[in-house]
Amino acid sequence: MTTTPDPECLLAELREVLPANGLLSSPEDLRPYECDGLSVLRALPLCVALPDHRDAVQAVLQICQRHGVAVVPRGAGTGLSGGARPIAGAVLLSLARLKQIQDIDLANRSLRVQPGVRNLAISEVARPSGLYYAPDPSSQIACSIGGNVAENSGGVHCLKYGLTVHNILALEVLTADGEVLQIGGQAPDSPGYDLLALMTGSEGLLGVVTECTLRLLPVPENTLLLLAAFSSVVAAAEAVSAIIAAGIIPAGLEMMDQLAIEAAEDFVHAGYPRNAAAILLCELDGGEAELREQRDEVETILQRHGADRIRIAEDAATRLLLWKGRKAAFPAVGRLAPDYYCMDGTIPRQRLAEVLERIADWSVEYGLRVANVFHAGDGNLHPLILYDANAEGQLEAAEGFGQRILELCVAVGGSVTGEHGVGVEKLDSMCAQFTAAELAQLHRIKAAFDPEGRLNPGKAVPSLHRCAELGAMHIHHGQLPFPDLERF
Amino acid sequence: MVNFPFPTWSVFNIDQTEILQATVRAAHDQRQPLTIRGGGSKAFYGRSVTPGPVLELSGHHGIIDYEPNELFITLRAGTPLPVLEAQLDAAGQMLPFEPPHFGAAATIGGTLACGLSGPRRAFAGAARDYVLGVRILNGQGEILRFGGQVMKNVAGYDVSRLMVGALGTLGVLLDVTLKVLPKPNCERTLVQTVDADTAVLRMNAWAGRPLPISATVFDGAHLYVRLSGTESAVRMAQTRLGGDRLNDTESVLFWEQVREQRHVFFQGEAPLWRLAVAPATPPLPLPGQTLIEWGGGLRWLRGAREVSGLRALAAEHGGHATLFRGGDRYGEVFQSLPPTLLALQQRLKQAFDPRGILNPGRLFATF
Repeated sequence: MTTTPDPECLLAELREVLPANGLLSSPEDLRPYECDGLSVLRALPLCVALPDHRDAVQAVLQICQRHGVAVVPRGAGTGLSGGARPIAGAVLLSLARLKQIQDIDLANRSLRVQPGVRNLAISEVARPSGLYYAPDPSSQIACSIGGNVAENSGGVHCLKYGLTVHNILALEVLTADGEVLQIGGQAPDSPGYDLLALMTGSEGLLGVVTECTLRLLPVPENTLLLLAAFSSVVAAAEAVSAIIAAGIIPAGLEMMDQLAIEAAEDFVHAGYPRNAAAILLCELDGGEAELREQRDEVETILQRHGADRIRIAEDAATRLLLWKGRKAAFPAVGRLAPDYYCMDGTIPRQRLAEVLERIADWSVEYGLRVANVFHAGDGNLHPLILYDANAEGQLEAAEGFGQRILELCVAVGGSVTGEHGVGVEKLDSMCAQFTAAELAQLHRIKAAFDPEGRLNPGKAVPSLHRCAELGAMHIHHGQLPFPDLERF
Repeated sequence: MVNFPFPTWSVFNIDQTEILQATVRAAHDQRQPLTIRGGGSKAFYGRSVTPGPVLELSGHHGIIDYEPNELFITLRAGTPLPVLEAQLDAAGQMLPFEPPHFGAAATIGGTLACGLSGPRRAFAGAARDYVLGVRILNGQGEILRFGGQVMKNVAGYDVSRLMVGALGTLGVLLDVTLKVLPKPNCERTLVQTVDADTAVLRMNAWAGRPLPISATVFDGAHLYVRLSGTESAVRMAQTRLGGDRLNDTESVLFWEQVREQRHVFFQGEAPLWRLAVAPATPPLPLPGQTLIEWGGGLRWLRGAREVSGLRALAAEHGGHATLFRGGDRYGEVFQSLPPTLLALQQRLKQAFDPRGILNPGRLFATF
């Protein structure tokens, strides 16, 4: 299915519908596309198609359908789970050249953009009107909005302002065979099933997004950021719960552990307290009087939970500097070792201390260091496992370690991925989170959109066979999983 | 604590998964369509169909897990809405989408299946925005769990939100997990006397500024705006917006009447139309009174209407028209979809319910 009997003919047809330089097929041209942000997984596609408008995307999909060739959609390629990793023999469909901001509708506070527009560019366009787009993944200077939709991206402000799914109004989507679907609209809802929710986070398996209408929010009147240092991670976690118990929903609430703090400090010199076991970054926004009240309340809570130093950034420059340390945590940690493996589990917040303890134990066991950054408000943990791919066995050890962390997340009531997606990376972990019947249901949803299974095949939802082969590792409630499947 | 007219058994946790599963399996085997029923308070909603045997959810009820500090609650679908709300209220929390009950027997399952949200919708989000996870029975009687109890979860397609507003046609909701939020500690309602054009302009101008607004409604002569938040934020906004203040009792009663459609606009037997449109849409050129909610995004109309013209008008303004109550309920009460989208939704229905036994015809005539 994923190899065309006549690649030359396919390439010729694609060249016809694509702009000059819009088709890459020589190995040296394909090389930059061999992976996404998860660089350990690499493959070369049959070719890379770079259409620059909707009709060309449609033509590419129609040609691929005639040839029975699979298509892998790709945005900016910043994804961390291999969702945009090419498939040998398939066409890699880049949406990067669809980067027009089509319409800003100030009266309705919405913005219509093509999928290749960068996340940060959206708020830059809206800001002069006092509006912004809330989801702000750390990769926002590079990642594109089409990819954000595919992954249901979050960011550091989603506890209060939601994920991508909460902030989009409409999508134009092309199906695998090139049919145009208009999903959602400017109105608060649409008749029939909520396809807007279903498309968001579907990792390019259900359709190719060619246009997004985004909801814009008014920029808060004032914003301030508190940085609190703690001598233990447990105390920091308890402070987070206490803030929420007081009825305060901060705009952002982030935690970093000591290794992450040191790495970030070396990298951006934000003035983080190097000797702290954990820091909390708590952003508050609102009117002046309200903000003052909340600041006092949060400060008291932080002190009561043992914060030994609290710094308050009221001006934008200091605030951005403190956030920069957090948003640059991944590349900062990347300087500590030749390679790092970023995990993305979610857990109920109250289980944080025990999860971190187990991770610390395993860190000793595997001989691999771990830095932890945590979207503390919404329970999304990013352990960064440090390793050296050139050292014998370390990659495998890091992967094994990561898999154990994700299984632990599921065991304590969380999920194997909060915002990075399943892609290729977490297919095995999905077998731990879902039963055979649940996976079969997900496959039937896929088939309703893409009966030939040509859009990003093999990603996001593992085959039942794959899980059965892994089966011995995951015995739920004493029962053999997938008992109906034959085992050879 | 709120008083609610429920027998004490309703606070107990009763798990009827097994009997519900057996019933759905038998119906699947016999190709027998089922009518899914929670408390029956929203039986008026959606299309009328020839009733099949009733799959009764009201006996499957109770709160399974509530962690106020984790901001979620997990409960069985047959749990009465007043029981749920009383539980949240006791912990100083609420359902942010402020769902209408439309009757004392309303259940959380029915509320989500209908996908209905109340006055806070335009400012806090819709019912679907607060669903974190579900456990369902599909049309083959399989028990499936999607989502979870965490705010962020992108493992697998978002089946949880897909269930909201599907009117039970894709699956029977067994248990749901919802995100909950703290109740604001201060609420005030202001009233301004304006015409319809001004009302829509003001609602939209306010929405573009960082104000603690949690509801707006225009009744034809008066624009009501509710402010919610800390006392200082509410006081500040009150000074900026101006208008007469309702006293606290009047305020609570007023929004309850709007939410429950007991306001005078909703009285009488004339058909009730619901138009969802782009919020800045100017007052529509339609005879009769319009009640405007949700910052301009929701317009209610009464009386018999020329359906295709009304739907074309709604579509022209980025939305759709629903025959919410009364009128011909055997026709298409929901705006029809373009053929490709309808075909896709039909395939989705088949993916969950291959034999078409879950509330067939309730959403669209063909499935």
